[in-house]
Amino acid sequence: MKSRSLFRRLALFFGFAFLYVPILSMIVYSFNNSRLVTVWDADDSPTLKWYRALLSNDQILGAAWLSIKVAAVTATGAVILGTLAGLVLARFGPFKGRTLLSGMTTAPLVMPEVITGLSLLLLFVFLEQLIGWPQGRGFVTITIAHITFSMAYVTVVVQSRLATFDDSLEEAAMDLGARPAKVFFRITLPLILPAILSGWLLAFTLSWDDLVISQFVAGPGSTTLPMVVFSKVRLGVSPDINALATIMVMIVGFGVLVSALYMRRQERRVALEAQMARADKH
Amino acid sequence: MGERQASNAVEGVGPPRPVDRTNEYVRIEHVTKRFGDFVAVDNVSLTIFKGEIFCLLGGSGCGKTTLLRMLAGFESPTSGRIFIDGQDMADTLPYERPVNMMFQSYALFPHMTVEGNVAFGLEQEKLPRSEIAERVAAMLDIVKLKDLAKRRPHQLSGGQRQRVALARALVKKPKLLLLDEPLGALDKKLREATQFELINLQEKLGVTFVVVTHDQEEAMTLASRIGVMDRGEIVQVGTPTEIYEYPNSKFVADFIGSVNMFEGRMVEDEPDYVRIETPELPCTIFVNHGISAAPRAAVWAAIRPEKIDIAREEPPGPDNRARGVVRDVAYMGDMSVYLVQLDGGKMVRVTLPNSVRQLSERISWDETVWLSWDASSPVVLTQ
Amino acid sequence: MARSQVRQPQKPPIDAWGAGRLGLIFSLFYRYGPPRWSQYVRQHWSGQRLVIGVPFLWLFLFFAVPFIIVFKLSFSEVRLAMPPYAPLIEKVSEAAYAINVNMGNYAYLFTDPLYTSSYLYSVKVAAVSTLFCLLVGYPMAYAIARSTPTLRNVWLMLIILPFWTSFLLRVYAWVGLLKTDGLINQALGLVGLGPYTMMYTDFAVYIGIVYSYLPFMILPLYSNLEKHDLTLLEAAADLGASPIKSFLRITLPLSFPGIVAGSLLVFIPAVGEYVIPSLLGRSDQLMIGRVLSDEFFANRDWPVASAVSIAMLLLLVVPIVLFQRFQNRELAGARK
Repeated sequence: MKSRSLFRRLALFFGFAFLYVPILSMIVYSFNNSRLVTVWDADDSPTLKWYRALLSNDQILGAAWLSIKVAAVTATGAVILGTLAGLVLARFGPFKGRTLLSGMTTAPLVMPEVITGLSLLLLFVFLEQLIGWPQGRGFVTITIAHITFSMAYVTVVVQSRLATFDDSLEEAAMDLGARPAKVFFRITLPLILPAILSGWLLAFTLSWDDLVISQFVAGPGSTTLPMVVFSKVRLGVSPDINALATIMVMIVGFGVLVSALYMRRQERRVALEAQMARADKH
Repeated sequence: MGERQASNAVEGVGPPRPVDRTNEYVRIEHVTKRFGDFVAVDNVSLTIFKGEIFCLLGGSGCGKTTLLRMLAGFESPTSGRIFIDGQDMADTLPYERPVNMMFQSYALFPHMTVEGNVAFGLEQEKLPRSEIAERVAAMLDIVKLKDLAKRRPHQLSGGQRQRVALARALVKKPKLLLLDEPLGALDKKLREATQFELINLQEKLGVTFVVVTHDQEEAMTLASRIGVMDRGEIVQVGTPTEIYEYPNSKFVADFIGSVNMFEGRMVEDEPDYVRIETPELPCTIFVNHGISAAPRAAVWAAIRPEKIDIAREEPPGPDNRARGVVRDVAYMGDMSVYLVQLDGGKMVRVTLPNSVRQLSERISWDETVWLSWDASSPVVLTQ
Repeated sequence: MARSQVRQPQKPPIDAWGAGRLGLIFSLFYRYGPPRWSQYVRQHWSGQRLVIGVPFLWLFLFFAVPFIIVFKLSFSEVRLAMPPYAPLIEKVSEAAYAINVNMGNYAYLFTDPLYTSSYLYSVKVAAVSTLFCLLVGYPMAYAIARSTPTLRNVWLMLIILPFWTSFLLRVYAWVGLLKTDGLINQALGLVGLGPYTMMYTDFAVYIGIVYSYLPFMILPLYSNLEKHDLTLLEAAADLGASPIKSFLRITLPLSFPGIVAGSLLVFIPAVGEYVIPSLLGRSDQLMIGRVLSDEFFANRDWPVASAVSIAMLLLLVVPIVLFQRFQNRELAGARK
């Protein structure tokens, strides 16, 4: 018994060390004074100079701002389209073209991104020749491409949420006289709201993180943050990227912590209330 | 209520509640529902009268729920027509029907309070707010949930949720209330109490109920009439007494309660009696009422376990008796079940109320006993 | 010919599968709800067309149509023009059209060793990385599944947490660790070992892939192991099996579905992986995703790039179909 729990502890220890040491090393070295990333300059560290360098780098700031804009529009568009698709697939039963729709929503999940990027670029080129839209490539084309691949994820999230609650809730609402649109806004939407929120965040992250598709469909002058980072990183290690990574890890870590605490409080409240209900039945 | 014996269906049948057969309310005409190749409901015709509790009883997959959902409007019949209060329902959507449903899962909206759930249906009718509040309060009073109005579904016990679901459906004053396994999610004790609450409520409000259940005891207690369904068809419609005492087929006899079935041939077929010969018994079965069947046709005589007498002494007469050995005795508290193997090898089930407490007198394992029954007890079935 | 040379692309290269792959995990645990209420309403309610139509049209225009274009283009001839390919159906004169179906692009993939070797190399890298992933992920998944429920959630959150941070930056972190003067070699130097060359080797690519894809191995394995009935192990012990024996005879066979799901989830995207090999990998041997983007950006040979995409999809179709069939069987089994 003892040896097995020791084995489990070792597995977890080394596993998490493997996952987190690289991230921690970036955080630590973001405060390093030396330009040589792997040499710790004990005299002048820790320092915030890479953060200052990062925040005065107009190229990075501009790219970050573009990425935020693209990600926000993408997340919103993907949530709208993905929710509709998820609703249709989970609740609308068989209809003509259902197989095609379900294929088109799941295929982007396994489609290599190079292919998605290549095919979208070809479409934009083709459309521009044909109808003159979209003129050039940039914000619009990146956003369209991002919506297309991230809505698949939202669809799956919404679908799986819809599958966890009984559709008799919607039937009950209809039975009580609510028309379909009303049923959606009064019953379905409030119930899948958590899924929609996490779908929004997921789509935002996917868009924010995407390098491949953006490279295909971005035009000159529209460079997203991952594209800037990639070109810098390819030239070798650069300490201000460590600073950028640290900021991103902090934001994500903080967000996850807050939501975990919130969820725990919520769970406790529900458990407590259920206990109360059991105590005073009849 | 206490004298109703749950384990013995016959005692559960009270005096049949009167059914007003003049006031036809729901008419189902030759309704068929197919899902692909599967026929869920097969050419069902049925009439339900105003103010009755009609139970659709059957095993899982027999089509009872599909029939109910067609009444609610969630499924449309493949063929056939449904009339409610004289109106053809073919083009009426679920949210336009004067029908409400209580779902098996209750389907309470988890993000709304008890009050919100009950008010939801009235809000859809665009009633003035004061009237909604009034009717909700009145309804919550009826189902004794006034104190819990601000709670949410997950803060309620199973029985309370059931009452919210009922209140939510009834507050719209539907012409017809559909109940899908209304007591299925409750434990046994609560179920018995709730059955009578449901009947009282129905009598008070006068709403017509259509109940779907797989539980024959529940159907017996609740229903003014029962429709037994099997494989998409209605096999028998009648009051609980009719269904239990005069089943029209082997399926119904077997499905409702338990029964001993003797397969045989008619040897005498007179207007006022019949005599059946069966290889499973040394004597013939004498039945003191006539039936309509072809002479020498294969028939089944069904005898309920509680209608068979068990004794150590040989009963008189040539007919309706058999000798056997007790193979098993199950003591159920209020009664005992004996499994008797006849000399011919057939196993027969006999139940006896434990009205005396003297253990020594009881018939026990491996005793040789005589079984006998009254000439009015067997039901002769031809299918 | 210039094609076979190793080229530096002008544009930065491409990751064939990109960042957020969490969705696949979700689809793993997804079950279709019974489509019911709408059955009736659909026939009568006019809004349904809009609800179906909007996502349908979007996906059709931006997913299906582009794919058809790629397919069509893979049969075209390259031209020095913008766009640099010959149309499939060309107007020769007022009355005549020429259909230019050109199988040359596909024939080319088979004749030029660059393509076959990079296909084989991609499969090899993906297979080896999948195996390493399994070796690292199984013990972790096992340990998490046997923890207390509270700890379990903490561990799972820690597994998923890196996913919300940038994929690119997480791969980049390994550059600082693996370099010849990097942290790992510095640490090894303290005990008198090394320095070893680790950057720009297959080893670095394996590390990068295992690191990036580990959660895809752990989550399906965990969800399988967590469902195991522990009384089975008690029964095995009761019947005299040693812990190791009962692991090999009971736990391992029962977790087979999780192993398959996790392995395919790692293998499929790893075949098309791009960012990892181009940051950490060799420069003398390319993976197929890189070849595609070089063909497109550096050579501007759109038809061949399209043919490479189609060939790459064909390569992935087998594991993808395998994966889906396996999933369906699992779902069917779970329903019983």
